[in-house]
Amino acid sequence: MRPFTYEVATDAASAVALASVRASAHVTAPVQYKGGGTTLIDLMKLDVMRPSTLVDITTIRDEAMHKIVHTNSELRIGSLVSMAQLHDDASVIRDYPILTESLWQAASQQLRNMARLGGNVLQRTRCSYFRDTSYDQCNKRSPGSGCAALDGANRGHAVLGTSEQCIAVYPSDWAPALIALDAQVEVLGKSGKRIVAFEHLHRLPGTTPHIETNLAPGELITAFIVPGGPRRRSLYRKIRDRQSYEFANASAAVAIDLDGEALRDVRIGLGGVATVPWRAHRAESLLRGKKLTEASATAAAEAEFKDARTRKYNAFKVVLGKQTMIRALLEAQAMEIS
Amino acid sequence: MDEFDIDRRTFITTGTVAAASLFLDSVPVGAQNLADTRTSPVTRSVVLSVNGSDHTIEVDTRMTLLDALRDKVGLTGSKKGCDQGQCGACTIHIDGERHLACLTLTVAAQDHRITTIEGLAQSETLHPMQQAFIDHDGFQCGYCTSGQIMSAVACVQEGHAKTDDDIREYMSGNLCRCAAYPNIVAAINQAKTEMEKG
Repeated sequence: MRPFTYEVATDAASAVALASVRASAHVTAPVQYKGGGTTLIDLMKLDVMRPSTLVDITTIRDEAMHKIVHTNSELRIGSLVSMAQLHDDASVIRDYPILTESLWQAASQQLRNMARLGGNVLQRTRCSYFRDTSYDQCNKRSPGSGCAALDGANRGHAVLGTSEQCIAVYPSDWAPALIALDAQVEVLGKSGKRIVAFEHLHRLPGTTPHIETNLAPGELITAFIVPGGPRRRSLYRKIRDRQSYEFANASAAVAIDLDGEALRDVRIGLGGVATVPWRAHRAESLLRGKKLTEASATAAAEAEFKDARTRKYNAFKVVLGKQTMIRALLEAQAMEIS
Repeated sequence: MDEFDIDRRTFITTGTVAAASLFLDSVPVGAQNLADTRTSPVTRSVVLSVNGSDHTIEVDTRMTLLDALRDKVGLTGSKKGCDQGQCGACTIHIDGERHLACLTLTVAAQDHRITTIEGLAQSETLHPMQQAFIDHDGFQCGYCTSGQIMSAVACVQEGHAKTDDDIREYMSGNLCRCAAYPNIVAAINQAKTEMEKG
């Protein structure tokens, strides 16, 4: 790990003032925020991230950043709330099973205690060519160097949202749930607060895979806002190589609203198969207002994965991704809601 | 090696000028200084509260809490397995919650209450979880055991040890290469009963 200066922030505005420096992207800025540190410290040890200053934000006293607030119309989650804290929230367990389940199936209890939700959505890919600096080629780590995964060990890599420069999969389980809930992100920058649709937080890799989000250097996520009230008919299904403590091969976060047998509303987020948190818009538009059956769910899944681009070892993700989505939809339909 | 690093940094900087221009309006004048305070190690004086005692130590900002506990405080019960937050051998309690010491910076552990495996026993009496691991042979080589025990104590306190399935799920962050898992589950069940008696 390279030497760094350690700063302690006691309020959000001073943290932002410390971190608003010139950089080509949020993740490559020389000043980085440290929340739980579970991604950052790991990547600094690996010499993948090389900040010269860390600003500890867990010490920020702004209470709203540490709280979960429910009202009839929205759920507001402070960005410094830990994964464990949201996972254990009784109202969230009752009203947003999609959120609880996505957290429960992510990481280990130790990591859930440490990791904050703001950092969770910004966690970086597990692509081994990105994490291992002995590989020269990684466009995310070293722009313009190429992508070793294209013709490498790419079983775990993305099939949706890829480019010829990057096929790294986006790892968070919680993010597909947030995108399915139409969440918004409250961001503090040096010129004040702004609201970003969660769907617009992350950028497709395209030709600049090292620019992962639409956050400017120094911008700080302060809260997530889930509009529209409780989503009790919702769930998260995750398929992985082992039963626990493993990243997704494919996952689906589903929130539906039934009007008799018809889908009054349907939202689908996908994980483990795409380069960014993936909103299944095509599938949703085919299903909205229609009757949900195995046949209609299958047609929707086929449409969603129609443009999937596979490499040598990850073609199974197309089949698995579709099956996971179909199963999640049918299980959400079968939920008994009290 | 250093030259290579500098070259690569330069390359990254120049290679992304177009992208950088996206964010030009977010660059405050005068903030540049921070980015240049680097290269030589930075040390800090830190007071760590470990198992009820305060320890004042000088540490490099890079030092993890695991290294500080083992090499500065002299408590070697917490083990270094993967050093990447994947194996759980370094599990300790911070303010009563189980955390990974290998991903915790020492400088960030100040003002928190740290408990290690050495702090579990009451003088000569083992914690019920320590005794249960002995009673059920919850280990073979023993390297992961202090992490397993610290994790298990928290697992019971969290209320996540209600069933065997629960225990397996909520202990999944602690790997055991000897695969003592069935005995660990049995040990946690025994200790749970003892702990709940108070």
